[in-house]
Amino acid sequence: MADTNKIDDTATSLSRRTLIKGVIAAGAVSSGAYLFRTSVVRAQQSAAGSAERLVTLTVNGQQRRVDVMKQETLATTLRYKLGLTGTKLGCDRSECGACTVLVDDVPHYSCSMLTHTARGKNIVTIEGLASAEGKLHPIQQGVIDEQGFQCAFCMSGFIMATAGFLKVNPNPTRAELAHGISGNLCRCQDYDKILTAMMRGAENARKVS
Amino acid sequence: MAIIRDIMPAFELFQPANINDAVSLLDRHGSDAWVLAGGLDSFDWLKDRIKRPKVVVDLSQIAELRGVREVNGGLEIGAMTTLTEVVRHPVVKEKFSILSHGAESAASPQIRNQGTLGGNVSQDARCWYYRGGWKCYRAGGNICFADTPTAINREHAILNAERCVAVNPSDSAPALIALEAQMVIRNVKGERVVNAEDYFVGPAIDITRMTVLQPGDLLTAIRIPATWAGAQFYFEKVRDRQVWDFPLMNVASAMVVNGGNIERIRIAVNAAAATPLRLTAVEDAVRGKARNAATGEMGGKVAVTGAEPLRYNGYKIPLMRNLVKRAISGVEEAKWA
Repeated sequence: MADTNKIDDTATSLSRRTLIKGVIAAGAVSSGAYLFRTSVVRAQQSAAGSAERLVTLTVNGQQRRVDVMKQETLATTLRYKLGLTGTKLGCDRSECGACTVLVDDVPHYSCSMLTHTARGKNIVTIEGLASAEGKLHPIQQGVIDEQGFQCAFCMSGFIMATAGFLKVNPNPTRAELAHGISGNLCRCQDYDKILTAMMRGAENARKVS
Repeated sequence: MAIIRDIMPAFELFQPANINDAVSLLDRHGSDAWVLAGGLDSFDWLKDRIKRPKVVVDLSQIAELRGVREVNGGLEIGAMTTLTEVVRHPVVKEKFSILSHGAESAASPQIRNQGTLGGNVSQDARCWYYRGGWKCYRAGGNICFADTPTAINREHAILNAERCVAVNPSDSAPALIALEAQMVIRNVKGERVVNAEDYFVGPAIDITRMTVLQPGDLLTAIRIPATWAGAQFYFEKVRDRQVWDFPLMNVASAMVVNGGNIERIRIAVNAAAATPLRLTAVEDAVRGKARNAATGEMGGKVAVTGAEPLRYNGYKIPLMRNLVKRAISGVEEAKWA
């Protein structure tokens, strides 16, 4: 019922002038929201009466204290509160894999996990793969060796998914790896080269260990 | 439609540490409470603002809901055991491989790493009108948008439709029905156990629910008896995309064959109706018969008796006939091979 009322209101009360004004304002707000999403996140309220909770997350081996809303997803916390923007948000619906991180060595879509659920677990993002001295992770080196990506928006997700898969199967065939990282999409359709790069990464990793 | 609107609306979050606390929370909050398992179904509803629960009870911290235990030659699988854990479990693979195949065919690796067996069988319908927030029968309204002359209903039901034509999308459910699994349900009053095929409710019984779970109920475990351990199994799922996609239809069968004859059989399909269907008429028709292509053919014909296609899902009738045939007599070698 509420929805029906809303549609009626819009139809009767909108003049052309207010519509145009509204569209301009909406454009400004939505582009601003993208640039300043951090402030939007901070302005959101938790449920009435429930305090924000300061939690400690283990991210890339560090203890990070962070103020987290009840309804906040891990991807939001990582990107907009901890500044770890290597984790990308593509669909926000468990459909693209760009937000993949390791939680206790297992690949998860961080857009579809509450940050509160990840408390006490060991979270690794793309920023945590290279060594402290800056030496790239074998899979990252594989990407460089094979020039594996085009635009690379999906890259951190693919690398994290591969890193998780290799912990279970360090010596996969090309078909096995393809199945293992089938939960990630590449909008450039660069799958063949990505797979080559990930296979090279697996090979690099076996040489290291 | 998936639109990113920053973050979900606020809710109160509880993370109970054991089953008792969880059921008392669910009892206290009744229909205001939302049970969160893996979250892969839940977050779509919450992010789209279509369902707005006041209270979310997250089961992720309850250790006793996780894991696979061996009980009397069978298994008891905690409802919060992830699909990946089910797929990789050595006893599931060895004795009940049909469940391993069913669980492996669901969604994508990351979803299986987080999605749970309990969540997979309890998930809501995926009818896109319903998921889009249309006020249909299932959402408490008085129309089915998928059953109008212009509706796009390729994924919908061919059997047992009753006002609502949505299907149950679970891939593990038919395997569990074939294995004669039982669902263990807890609430503050105690525990009850229902057979897997009785766990699901169709629109004729309650159009707004998919399972027997009422507010306050919690699915805690799934028991698989030793009955079908090591039987001959068949599982097949047909879908448009080989990852992520829900079934257009799937089939699962467990069979004991003696001297070439089918001695015992259980067979179930899903995505054909609002509930996973155990095909008892097919079981009765093929029991005692030779396991061959003719028996499979006959079973397939029995399976689709009474099927009524909508405008765009007529293909599901031959699909179901062939899947049931394969589940009985196996996949034939191509004649030219």
